[in-house]
Amino acid sequence: MIRFDAVRKEYPDGTVAVEDVTLEVPSHGVVVLVGSSGCGKTTLLRMVNRMVEPTSGTVSIDGVDVRSIDKVELRRSIGYVLQAGGLLPHRTVADNVATVPVLQGTSRREARSAALGLLERVGLDPKLGDRYPAQLSGGQQQRVGVARALAADPNILLMDEPFGAVDPIVRDQLQQEMRTLQSELGKTILFVTHDIDEAFALGDEVLVLRKGAEVAQRGTPAEILANPADEFVSRFVGAGTSRRTLSVREVDGRRIVVDGDDRPTGVLAG
Amino acid sequence: MNLFAEAIAYLLDPANWQGPSSLGLRILEHLTFSGAVLALAAAIGIPAGVLIGHTGRGRGLVVALTSGARAIPTLGLLTIFGLALGIGLEAPYLALLVLALPPVLAGAYAGVESVDRATVGGARAIGMSERQIVLQVELPLAAPVLIGGVRSAALQVISTATLAAYVSNTGLGRPIFQGVKAGDYEVMLAGALLVALLSLAVELVFQALQSAAARRAEPTAVPARATARAPERNTA
Repeated sequence: MIRFDAVRKEYPDGTVAVEDVTLEVPSHGVVVLVGSSGCGKTTLLRMVNRMVEPTSGTVSIDGVDVRSIDKVELRRSIGYVLQAGGLLPHRTVADNVATVPVLQGTSRREARSAALGLLERVGLDPKLGDRYPAQLSGGQQQRVGVARALAADPNILLMDEPFGAVDPIVRDQLQQEMRTLQSELGKTILFVTHDIDEAFALGDEVLVLRKGAEVAQRGTPAEILANPADEFVSRFVGAGTSRRTLSVREVDGRRIVVDGDDRPTGVLAG
Repeated sequence: MNLFAEAIAYLLDPANWQGPSSLGLRILEHLTFSGAVLALAAAIGIPAGVLIGHTGRGRGLVVALTSGARAIPTLGLLTIFGLALGIGLEAPYLALLVLALPPVLAGAYAGVESVDRATVGGARAIGMSERQIVLQVELPLAAPVLIGGVRSAALQVISTATLAAYVSNTGLGRPIFQGVKAGDYEVMLAGALLVALLSLAVELVFQALQSAAARRAEPTAVPARATARAPERNTA
């Protein structure tokens, strides 16, 4: 469990990135922080592995204040996936995935062969292990990023807009596969995105943030859609827009779901 | 043209490559002396430049130092050091160090500075220590630019090291100064030709080093090996 306790981040120039946040991320679940850019969601995420130190308040993992853990050790024990993978361009894909285990003292040979297994796990051909990141597509690089984060078998995964740089079709696939992977692995995942649809697609729980990382609403995607807490959340999730206002039409004996503009979006099952 | 023929004849005469005034000895002196200057310049300039590039602190220093040092005439500096330190290798050593340090420092700094901050941030976030970031990420990626700095320092030092003979009788400056003094212009020209050839040779060595470093830093930019883009699997 990750816990933020009265956390605040103020930069020397007076900018307040995180106002006063207290929240818990339960173990083995996916919690998505969603908000527009500059709302402090990434700052919050980066506090967990001490890439950002809060000005006041504490962040703890399973009751242990992260400040009491050596930064480097802490970061190696937490998987981190960032946009465009953040891979090392001068190392092969397999070496990239093997980075953390090698830093932790696993032999390079052993770490590399484990890396090939991980590539398969995230849906990549292990043959790509000998390639360099620049030879892979954006979606493939993103998968490598996920494989690298999983390499040291961490309990916690931090994901910072990992699918922001890939095209929508690939993003859908990656989201779907991430759900499958998570159902097998059961990691504690804190996921940051500005895309509400991605938040709803991935989150067991979603936190809608406004400026200063203030939690405007926390709930399951269904709860938030059913009952937006206020005007801000309702606008953010697009409640009441034609895209979110679905109704059912009967066509040729089948029930078709249409949006507010009468555009069909799917078929009701059963 | 006659002078050139005489100079080449001088270079080809085996007698000039033997004994205590052998040209081979002069080349060796020249290289050793230049190498010693470069070694210290690198020992100071590379760590300093890498540190400044890594931390982002002291950028102003690099800019001031590199642009300021460019304005210093090495001959003037050598004269000042020579008057202060007397005859010997110390004065030219210091003067050349002042000449070599700025390009080495600037190359190391610019190389590290040019490494994508997202790559460095990613390395830090997955748990590389600052030392590992410098050694395993920044240095390999900065190497082509860094070596470029050493390369330009090496060229300047080798061509300017002829001045060492001004206050100490050493290196390829010796035949040049001797030729000027004695009116043996073919000797002077022979010395000058050797300096030019030496510069070219060193330039070639550094060029090879630099492209080897570039291949490591950007393995995919190499057209030779099997670097065709990975076929897009329809899953991603």
